[in-house]
Amino acid sequence: MGILQVDNLKLSINDSVILRDVSLEVPAGTIHAVVGPNGAGKSTLAYTIMGVPGYIPEHGEIRFKDQVINDLEIDERGRLGMSLAWQEPARFEGLTVRNFLSAGAADKSEDALRDALKGVALDPDDYLDRAVDDGLSGGERKRIELASIVVMQPSLMIMDEPDSGIDVDALTRIFELLQDMKEAGTTVLLVTHSREVLGQADTASLVCCGLNVKEGPAEDIKGYFEDKCIPCPVHNPELAEET
Amino acid sequence: MGADYEMMLEAYGQAGEQTEVFKSSDIAHLVIHENRVVGANLVPGLKVEPEELDDGVSAKVVVEEGAVIEKRVHMCFGVLPEEGLQRILLDVDVRDGGQVDILAHCLFPNAVDITHLMDANIRVGEGATYRYFEQHVHGESGGTNVVPNAKVELAKNARFETEFELLEGRVGEIDIEYETECAAGSSLRMLARIAGRADDRINIREIGHLVGEDARGVLISRVALKDRAQADIYNELTATAPKARGHVDCKEIVRDQAQARATPIVDVRHPLAHVTHEAAIGSVDSKQLQTLMARGMDEESAVETIIQGLLSQRSA
Repeated sequence: MGILQVDNLKLSINDSVILRDVSLEVPAGTIHAVVGPNGAGKSTLAYTIMGVPGYIPEHGEIRFKDQVINDLEIDERGRLGMSLAWQEPARFEGLTVRNFLSAGAADKSEDALRDALKGVALDPDDYLDRAVDDGLSGGERKRIELASIVVMQPSLMIMDEPDSGIDVDALTRIFELLQDMKEAGTTVLLVTHSREVLGQADTASLVCCGLNVKEGPAEDIKGYFEDKCIPCPVHNPELAEET
Repeated sequence: MGADYEMMLEAYGQAGEQTEVFKSSDIAHLVIHENRVVGANLVPGLKVEPEELDDGVSAKVVVEEGAVIEKRVHMCFGVLPEEGLQRILLDVDVRDGGQVDILAHCLFPNAVDITHLMDANIRVGEGATYRYFEQHVHGESGGTNVVPNAKVELAKNARFETEFELLEGRVGEIDIEYETECAAGSSLRMLARIAGRADDRINIREIGHLVGEDARGVLISRVALKDRAQADIYNELTATAPKARGHVDCKEIVRDQAQARATPIVDVRHPLAHVTHEAAIGSVDSKQLQTLMARGMDEESAVETIIQGLLSQRSA
C-alpha cells in the first residue's frame, strides 16, 4: 500500500459534481503526477486530499500513512506530515519570509531557513527579512512557498501546477529540488497539465471529467496524454489549437 | 536622579526597551512622569524647554537650523500609578535643514483610570526632516484614555513621518487626530498600528492637505480587533496643487463581535493631482489561513501569525 491512497472519491461543489469517481495510489518516496486537461478536477483532488475547508468528499476514502484522514482538519493533516503548495501562493502583508518559513519548520534554526531559501535559488540575505507580499513577484512567492514546505520536512508534498508563473531557470531549479526531496524521502504529488512537469514524475494518473482515465509509469501516461488529450478539442481546446 | 526616574526606566525596560540609551551622553532624552520632568539630556543642535504644569508638562522643542541630530532622541511619557491625568503640550520647531528622529514611549502599565492628552503643534522647516515614532505600552485593565492631537505644517521640501503603535496591553479608549498641511515638494507619511480587544474603542482621524506642487502624502492604518472592540478610522487626503500625489490605505481585521468602520476620503481639486485609496475590512484571509494551517499550525496560531504580520508593517 502507498503512503497515500485515494479510493472512489466523489465530491460536488455548489451542486456541480467535480470528482465523480477518482482513485489513486502513491508509493512512498516517489514523484506521482495527476495530469489532465483544464477542468478535469485535478486541483479539487489536491485540495480534498489536503483537507482544505469546503472540499469534503461525499463518498470515498483518503488514507495517509495507513490512516483514514477524511475527518481530519487541514492543520491536523499538516501535522501528520503532508502539505500543499498552491498554484497561486498567498500574499501575506508584513509577514517576513523568515517568519513564514518558521511557521511550519521542523528545524527553525537560522541555518535551516537559509538552506531552504538557497534550495530554491534565492539569496537568504536578500529575502529573509522581506515580506511575503506584493513586493515579490509571483515566481519569487512560489519559490518561497516551496521553501516553506522544504523546511517542514514533510512525508508528502502536494504541488499544484508547479510551473505556473515561473521562469525557465527557476523551473529548472524547482525540478532539481523535487528530485532532491524525493531522494531525502519526501513523496511528491504533482498536479499539472504540463508535459514538462509530467516528465519529472515516476508514475502518473490521468484524470478527465472527474474520472480516472489511465494510470501507470509517467512516460506511458505522457505518451497517452500527448496523443489523446492534448488534441482533444472538447477538454483541451487551447492546447488543441497549439498542436 | 529621583525615584520616579528610576521607576520610569524600570517600566521602560519591562516594555522590552534598552535603558542604556538614557545613560549615554550623546543620546538626547526627555523623561516625564505625570507632571514632572524627571530626566533630560540634550545634544548640540537640540533645545528643549520644558515647563511643569498642574496636570502635565508643556515643552518647546527646537532643532536648530541645519542641525542634524545623528542619534535617535528618546522621549518617555508615563503615569505609573493606577489613576491620573497627564497633559503634554508640545511645540516642535524643526528649523530649515534640520533633521531629527524621535522615539516616544508612552507608559501606562498599571492604568485603571488614566487620561493622557497630547496636544502638539509641529512645524517642519524648508528641507527639514522630522520622524516621530510613538509606542504605547498599556496595562491590562483597559482603563486608559489616550487623546493625541497634532497640527503639523510642512514647509517646502520638508519631510514628516510618524508612526503610532499600540500593540501591548489593552487600548482602553483612544482618539487620535492628526492634521498636516504639506507645502511644495514636501512629503508626509502617517502610519497607525493598533490591536484592540475586549471593549476597547479606537478612533483615528488623520487628515493631510497637499497644498503645494509636487507634495506627497500617504496615510496608512492597520487595525486588528477581537472580542467586542470597535474602531472608526477616518483618513482624508486633499490635493489642490499640480503634481500632488497621495494614497490612503486602511486595513482592519475583525474577529468575534468586533466592529470596524473605515472612511477614506479623497478630495482632489486640481487636474494634475492624483490621490488613490484602498480600504479593506474583514476576517483573516482564508488562503493565508489555509496556507499556514497546511504547514501544521492550529487555527489560532495561524490567525495570530497573520495579524502580527499585518501589524508589523513599519515606515520605510
